[in-house]
Amino acid sequence: MSTAPVIQVTGLRKRYGSIVAVDDVSFDVQDGEIFGLIGPNGAGKTTTMECVEGVRQPDAGRITVLGLDPIRDVYALQHRVGVQLQEAHLQKRIKVSEAIALWASLYRTSVDPRLLLEQLGLEDKRNAWFMTLSGGQKQRLFIALALINDPEVVFLDELTTGLDPQARRAIWDLVRGIRARGKTIFLTTHLMEEAERLCDRVAIIDHGRIVDIHSPAGLIRRHCPQRSVLLTTDDESAEARLRALENVAVTRADDGVLTVQGNAADLMTGVIQCLADHRIRVTDFQTVVPTLEDVFLKVTGHTIRE
Amino acid sequence: MRGLWNLTWLEVKIFVREPLGFIGTVLIPVVLFVALGRSLGERVESSSRLQGFVESDFPIFVVMLTAINAVVSLVAVIAIYREGGILKRLRATPLRPHTILTAHVLVKLIFTTMTLILLALAGRRFYPVALEVPWVSFGLALLLTTISISSIGFLIASVVPTARFAQPLGSLLLFPMLGISGLFVPLEAMPAAVQGVAHALPLTYAVSLLRGIWLGDSWMAHGWDVLGLAVVFGLCTALSSRVFRWE
Repeated sequence: MSTAPVIQVTGLRKRYGSIVAVDDVSFDVQDGEIFGLIGPNGAGKTTTMECVEGVRQPDAGRITVLGLDPIRDVYALQHRVGVQLQEAHLQKRIKVSEAIALWASLYRTSVDPRLLLEQLGLEDKRNAWFMTLSGGQKQRLFIALALINDPEVVFLDELTTGLDPQARRAIWDLVRGIRARGKTIFLTTHLMEEAERLCDRVAIIDHGRIVDIHSPAGLIRRHCPQRSVLLTTDDESAEARLRALENVAVTRADDGVLTVQGNAADLMTGVIQCLADHRIRVTDFQTVVPTLEDVFLKVTGHTIRE
Repeated sequence: MRGLWNLTWLEVKIFVREPLGFIGTVLIPVVLFVALGRSLGERVESSSRLQGFVESDFPIFVVMLTAINAVVSLVAVIAIYREGGILKRLRATPLRPHTILTAHVLVKLIFTTMTLILLALAGRRFYPVALEVPWVSFGLALLLTTISISSIGFLIASVVPTARFAQPLGSLLLFPMLGISGLFVPLEAMPAAVQGVAHALPLTYAVSLLRGIWLGDSWMAHGWDVLGLAVVFGLCTALSSRVFRWE
């Protein structure tokens, strides 16, 4: 068994006229993981992904996917990967079953189209025209098309953009199911929640450059280790008791809410122990754990929506 | 190859599902041909000049109209597919890029053929004069013409910025070409400057070839026309393969 990365990108560059879209990007994607490229719109996510897929020619850099060159070996590679493009459409009046059948006919191997539609909850839409499908159904159809050739690597570009939360959750379950069948998944998203819930590892990209790569939890530990406890109490002694804990900062807001901050993983334990030891009556207790959103703000200096 | 037939057949089915497109492409030329032909036919006896028009130029006009219609709608389809990202999605499959575009040309050829067969059948039943035409040769000449104009269509489709402009621009370029192609006014009767322009335009050769074959000329007599259409095809295909945008 080889443990070579499924996707290797080294020194990728791409510019459009005077605008540098991707600037010296390097990363690896390992076999069987969900790898996410996260960043705001215009950060270079789609350009990077399309270079890896072989639909866009890079200006510089080395890319291998399953040991193949995406540009030179594009036709060999297309049989082994599945692609879902951002904001793609099909012919308005193509039926779901026709799209699946056409795609199935184009590949050397294909999974059973009926089974695939069933898995994606589209079996009762078989005869519906593409234009009549809802946003979530269209995305599920595009996932089906990306999976029709039983690919080893699946590319998903902004998969859940524009979907309501319920449809989004359903798609996340589908993606986890794909990984469970042993596929490697490379996705892009500007939704931090999506990256945190779905990805084994993420690369943060901003202005065409990769800022950091790690697991979501690892990124949070590295960049935003600080945890906070917010509590409300009538006990006058509470503030002084909590201050006595090691390595914490305590602040009191105008409305009386106490904030205890610290970097230690056992901050919560310390706070709870202290409250219990001194029989401090608490009327509200809230913990604030940093998210990828906070990491993004920390490492790029701006929020993902700016 | 399998991809080409599958895609072509699918696009044929999709085209038929859009009633307006189908009616516009297939039925309107037939209705126009029959209705106008009959009203002209009633006046044929009184004018020998009109007789020539009814026997050759009017049918050729309808045929050219059909071919140009097909090409204009080809331009529109390509532009719409590009704007919607459909071309890009198809290109990310094992389909070769030229297969995708060839399928669309084939679809237009299929519907053009269908229209012409309907025209011929309607003509036999309703047209005021009997037409004695070498159908096979004429069909071949028309195929050559349509493919040649299609390559102009591709060049237009390569450069139009949005789908909204595609259809008007296609019409704006192709119909005036037909106007000075010698079909309505003989080339010799035009001012010298217009004649010069006409000789540089492909539809002039198309009309000359179609009219010649229709009237029973040999292919040898129209070698220059065939060559002209072939050169247009070569030039436009080479140019558009360089400037064609997939997205």
